[in-house]
Amino acid sequence: MTNAVNKPDENRREAAVLPPVDVIEDATGITLYADLPGVGKEQLNLRVEADTLTIEGEVVLNAPEGLQASHAEVQLPRYRRVFSLSKELDPDKIAAELAHGVLKLRIPKAEHAQPRKVQIRVG
Amino acid sequence: MIYRSLFPRDIFAEFDRLQRDLQQAFDTSPSIRGFGRGGYPALNIGGTAQSVEIYAFAPGLDPAKIDVNIDRGVLTIEGERASTLPADEKVAVHINERFAGRFRRVVSLPDDVDPSAVSAEYRDGVLHLAIKRRESALPRRIEIK
Repeated sequence: MTNAVNKPDENRREAAVLPPVDVIEDATGITLYADLPGVGKEQLNLRVEADTLTIEGEVVLNAPEGLQASHAEVQLPRYRRVFSLSKELDPDKIAAELAHGVLKLRIPKAEHAQPRKVQIRVG
Repeated sequence: MIYRSLFPRDIFAEFDRLQRDLQQAFDTSPSIRGFGRGGYPALNIGGTAQSVEIYAFAPGLDPAKIDVNIDRGVLTIEGERASTLPADEKVAVHINERFAGRFRRVVSLPDDVDPSAVSAEYRDGVLHLAIKRRESALPRRIEIK
């Protein structure tokens, strides 16, 4: 195995916060919202490998020098969450938006999985 | 009707949520005011010699609608986050973990801060408040003549 193959696995072992998500399905696809406060566009890493969707982000806070934490509810500077996509979803057409720390993903269903009305012929 | 899946899609997420709930139910709270509902927004608090720094992890808000008040040494952050769940009947909500509704978190500030010297910035869903300490409280070196 090459290093390139090993690398994602090493990343996966780093401890991360599991971000809360909402997943909503309608007839044409799935909409996913994830709370990733502190993650900017440059720190967001979205990957689809085979049927696995990985959402990863680094938290960047511009903390002043000499800051000593006295109370911390967010204790890791990283979010990660992995989902397995089902066959009828089209991973090539995922659209992503990031605004105010909320990631919105739209994963459409593949053409062949779109709902269609079956015509019934009356003979 | 919105219905939830009977089978959790992500078993680790379910464990994580369970753990969070248990922690909030059994942990001796560090503050007399306890945790905000659902832990929203999560707070990280720290200080330097010159200031007290508060980071509120409050994604998905309109910055104009966040209320931050300091009254007699007590800081209050409040507002409301709208739900993103559609009212449509033809959708299935498979996972619903994100906070929606009104929130309010209260922090008691140290005595040496100056409530008139506060800066507030909302970036990438994090509200950063920096409150300066009073000049008279800053550490200083005393000259010996």
